[in-house]
This record gives sequence, structure tokens and C-alpha cells, in this order.
Amino acid sequence: MSDTSGTVKKDAVEPTAAAPVDDPTAAAGAATALDPRLLIREEGFKGYITEFKRKVKGGELGSLPVVAGLIVIGVIFQLQNSRFLSADNLSNISYYLSATGMLAIGLVFVLLLGEIDLSVGSVSGLASTLFAVFVVNHGMEGWLALILTIVTGVGIGALHGFFFARIGVPAFVVTLAGFLGWNGLMLWLLGSSGTINIPDSGPVHLLGQSSFFMDQSIVGAYILAALGVASLAYGSLVDQRRRKAAGVPFRPTSEIALRVGLLAVAAFVTAAVLNSAAGVSNSLVIFLASLVIVDFVLRRTPYGRKVFAVGGGIEAARRAGINVSMIRITVFAISGGFAAVGGMFFAGQTQSATLNAGGGNTLMLAIAAAVIGGTSLFGGRGTVWSALLGMLVIQSIQTGLDLLNMNTSIQYMITGGVLLGAVVIDSVSRKSQKAAGRG
Amino acid sequence: MSATPVLALRGVSKRFGAVQALTDVELEVHAGEVVALVGDNGAGKSTLVKTIAGVHPIDEGVIEWEGNPVSINKPHDAQGLGVATVYQDLALCDNLDVVGNLYLGRELLRRGVIDEVTMEKNSRELLSTLSIRIPSVRIPIASLSGGQRQVVAIARALIGDPKVVILDEPTAALGVEQTAQVLDLVERLRERNLGVILISHNMADVKAVADTVNVLRLGKNNGSFPVKDTSQETIIAAITGATDNAVTRRAVRSTEAAK
Repeated sequence: MSDTSGTVKKDAVEPTAAAPVDDPTAAAGAATALDPRLLIREEGFKGYITEFKRKVKGGELGSLPVVAGLIVIGVIFQLQNSRFLSADNLSNISYYLSATGMLAIGLVFVLLLGEIDLSVGSVSGLASTLFAVFVVNHGMEGWLALILTIVTGVGIGALHGFFFARIGVPAFVVTLAGFLGWNGLMLWLLGSSGTINIPDSGPVHLLGQSSFFMDQSIVGAYILAALGVASLAYGSLVDQRRRKAAGVPFRPTSEIALRVGLLAVAAFVTAAVLNSAAGVSNSLVIFLASLVIVDFVLRRTPYGRKVFAVGGGIEAARRAGINVSMIRITVFAISGGFAAVGGMFFAGQTQSATLNAGGGNTLMLAIAAAVIGGTSLFGGRGTVWSALLGMLVIQSIQTGLDLLNMNTSIQYMITGGVLLGAVVIDSVSRKSQKAAGRG
Repeated sequence: MSATPVLALRGVSKRFGAVQALTDVELEVHAGEVVALVGDNGAGKSTLVKTIAGVHPIDEGVIEWEGNPVSINKPHDAQGLGVATVYQDLALCDNLDVVGNLYLGRELLRRGVIDEVTMEKNSRELLSTLSIRIPSVRIPIASLSGGQRQVVAIARALIGDPKVVILDEPTAALGVEQTAQVLDLVERLRERNLGVILISHNMADVKAVADTVNVLRLGKNNGSFPVKDTSQETIIAAITGATDNAVTRRAVRSTEAAK
């Protein structure tokens, strides 16, 4: 009796084990460990297109909504005001997006954990004030003051992280307290004067509106564009060669060419546009460099992998030997650090520390940027490039509304609507990802 | 099968406050042997594997590793010896792909950077030697079925080259086909000359893959049977304690009297 049950089971297993894997369309080197029911991606360019369609259907929208949104925004504002797509205005957008973009970079880390940091606006305001106090009131050297300011931001973030990770206070509450508390400290430091003007030198000059990469030299922008394109091409080809050698699936050359080509078009057009205005502002260069570095850290280092792991499953991360508290504290410290850097950008824009630095809708814009760019509010999914994509959308809307002389009231309402729209897209795409078995 | 067991528990006892969870438990696992650990709820199966995995240090008794007594006080000790445990809740990161999960917490590095290519290559090799079928090693765990997640979790235990693998209810909540996949995998672990401790409630699974069945009852050994020569009824009787009834006691008495 009992013996037969065992044999029956074994027999039932055999057919699957012996199922042939002889799909001729299988990519080279992919013949191992394939499920016969699997839709195998076709080779070459056609496979790329079908894969793309399937992903979109399955809710993996990637940066598609953002690109569509940017086109819509561009068309609408251009129809309202022909200056919107002028080189000067685009150059303006590229300059002003970097400050809030810095806050968004830090927020991407926090969002990857599935948490939120509501204090970044206040911390950035406090940072600009601290810097002003160091430089103006204490006569400190600019770069030293910059380092001290950023270290303070990191410390503030680590403090939030400590209360969250070790004491167990929800991050939402800790950073809400920080939102109020650090804003209060800033107001107290500014005192009755309300504004401290910072001399236009050192880091403030570098981040100011009149500071450009390679002193507005025409080649500067093209050097940057070429650098970006060449490193993507080189990186992709090296990766392809290593994958070929190891016998694992690799990107076909046509796909690499397409990606590099798209980036090249985007980069050189941007460079040409910015050159025909004033050049590439140094703050944009610093912002882009930060994106590249942070992207590398998140995708290619063990630390970044741990951040994703904690965002994807705390228990799984803990069992894998990851120090969850340490990751949480450092992520909040990074967020505080980027908030302080963003505050320095604000100080550079106005060359002063003011009462409303980092106030108003700064925080909302930064969160909106990260979410619009495609980083999920639910943790574990996203890339730091969403800070750039989201800021392009947000800053375009801001600048466009300014061009149309819209009231702040209207601006707030529209920005609120855009934020809601982005979160709706995030939630809906998450649902359809679940339905397609990818959530 | 080797003469010295890879892992042996000799007279192991464990108390939690007033509860005597394990009393004088003996267990031997040889290389290339699948030992099923069966028993009712609360029989002490989970406690026993947790003592081996280092979650609960033992109070009395000796744990021998390849014939030498060792002390296992924390999970790290067990891992260091070569014990890999796959718990019931698989603890995989849904958002990471299969490669990322297999190597989670022990990523291979190349000049300080995660070496995705080698990790992917090794993962594919490991999965294909185990005949594990999943659509791709680069899809997130979220898109795999329950059985596929289970085999990924087991494969993950093998990344660190363990000698003993503990599987806690690997087929619970799986369908027929997925259960078959997991049982196949258990046999392949035996072919790799690993010692396997399999906790299961499913007698059919135990009969299908195990070499030896160890029955726990109320925290004590209640028999160890070679699967081949033992009927399912005998095992179930040992689990439920049906061996200890009026009929068996009279049988024992009559054999004693015959002496």
C-alpha cells in the first residue's frame, strides 16, 4: 500500500524531468535550466521590442510615464508661451532643478526602504542658515564651513535613523518632528534679522547662477556629453564581452547600439541647447555626477544591494546576516547629508540664507520628484535616476507656471495634482504587476 | 554511507522554563543520507532543528560533528560548521532577482564591485545541476510560483557548500507538481553526498525520499526506522504513541514471561 504511493509520485515526476528543451529561438547560452512553458525572448532587435511590449502590459512602465508627461508638458506650455522651449528657459530649468534634485536623491534611498523622510526640506533650510552663520558670523573659510554643514546634515539624518531603527519610532513621526524642530532651529539661528547675505565666493559662487562648467567654453558641454556616451558604450561592451566569455545571456549589440544612440542624441542635443544659452551650470554638473556615483553605489556595491534587500524583505535581510538597523541609520544619514547639500544649492541660488529657505513646498516637490521618476513609495523598487526625471517634470511645471505668471495658489494646486497622479500611477502599476505575477 | 555520522546528537536535552522540550534525544545524520524527522505538533521537531541550527543552545548532551564534540551557540556557529537551514517561511527578498537572492549577504566581489557575471554563471550552473527549472535567473522572486520559491530557497542554502541541510516542512502548502519538484531536489542533495534532515508531516513524502525516519514524541525519541522495511502504519503508530497501549504492553509482558 504505502510503497505504491511512493512510486506513483516518482513516476509522476519523470515526464517533467525528461521534457526536452529544444526551442530553437532560445538565446545562446540560455539552454540550461529553462522552463518549457517559458516565453523565450527572441534574439536581436525584434525580441527587444516584444519584450518591451510585454513589460508595459505587465505594469513595468519604467520611465515611460515620465517621458510621456514631459512631452505633454512641453507641448502645453509651448502653446501658451513660445518662450517655454527657448534655450534660455531650458537652461533655467536645468539650473534650478539641481537643488531640489539633491533632496530627491536622498529621498530615493529612504523610499527604497519603504520609509519616508519628511524632514529634508527643513534640514536643507537649516543647512543654508548654518553655512551662513559659519561664514558670516564666525568668519570661517567657505569650504570648511561646507564640510561642517554637510557633516551636520549627516548627523541629523543619523539621529532620525537612530530613533527609527533602535527606538522603534515610526519614521514618519520622527521626521515629522524633525520637520518642525529643525525649522525652528533655523528660525532661531536667523534671529530677528531674518536674512543673512553670503559673500559670492567659494562654494556659494560655485553653486551660483554665474558659475559654468569650464567657464562657458563651448567644448565643455560636448566633453561632458561625449564622456557620458563613451562610458555607457564602453561599460556595455565590456559587460557584453565578459558575459559572452562566461556563457550567460548578454545584450545583443543592436540593443547596446540603440541605448548608446538614444543617450548620445539626448546628451548632445542638451549640450547644444545649453551652449546656445549660457553653458552648463556647475550645479547641474555636480548633480549629474552625484547621480552617477549614487547609481553605481546602489546597483553595484554590497551596500546598495543591502538597501534593496531591506526594502524587499526585512526578515529575509536579517536572516542573510544583514545588519538592518545599520542600513536604516545610514540610509537616513545619507538622506540628511543630501538634504544639507541641497540646502547649499539653495544658498548658492540666492546667495543668502532666508527664513523661507527649504520651506513652502520644497519637501513635497522632492518627494514628488522621486515618485514621479518611478521610485516606488512601497519600498524595494526604484533607481536614483528618478530624481533627475522627476525633477525635469516638476521644474518644467514650475518654470512654465512662472512664465505664465500663475499665482502660487495655482502652482500649489497643480503640483499637488501631479504628486497625486504620480502616486496613483505607482499604485496602479504595482497592482497590474501583481496581476502579471511580477509584484 | 560513511561509518562516522556527519552530525550526531547524543542525549540532547532542552528546557524552556517549566517545559522540558527535549529529553535525551539521539539523532545521527550520515553523508548522503536523508533523515526524516516526524512527530506530532509539539513533539519537539522544530526545537530540535533549532538547536542544530544554533537558534537555541542545548542544555545537556553533546553535538558531534564528524565524530568530534562541538558547541553550537549561535546560528553563525552552525553555518561555520556547514549546517544550512531552510525555514518554513522562506525569507526571500521579493524585489531581488534569483541571483540576488541566492547570493544575498555573501555577494561575490570583483575589485570591490558586485561581480554579477560570475554570480549569474554560478547560479545557472548550480540550478542546472539540481535540475531546477525556473524561467530565468534574472526575474524577481515575486514572479515565481510557491514551488519555485521553495527550490530557490533550498538552492540558496547550497551556495555556502554545506554538509548538512535542514529542510523545515519544505512541501507544506505546495501543490502536487511543486511537491514533486522539491522531492526531486531532496534526492539530488543526497546524490551530492549531503546529509539532509527533512521535517515533514506528509508520510507519502517521507516514504518517497527518506532513508531513515526518526520519530519524536513529547520531546523524546520514539523509534528510528529504516524507511524501506517499515510500514507506514508502524511509523504513524510511533508518532501517535499507539505503540504504547494495552495490547503492546501485554505483548511485552508475555515475551518477558516467556524468557
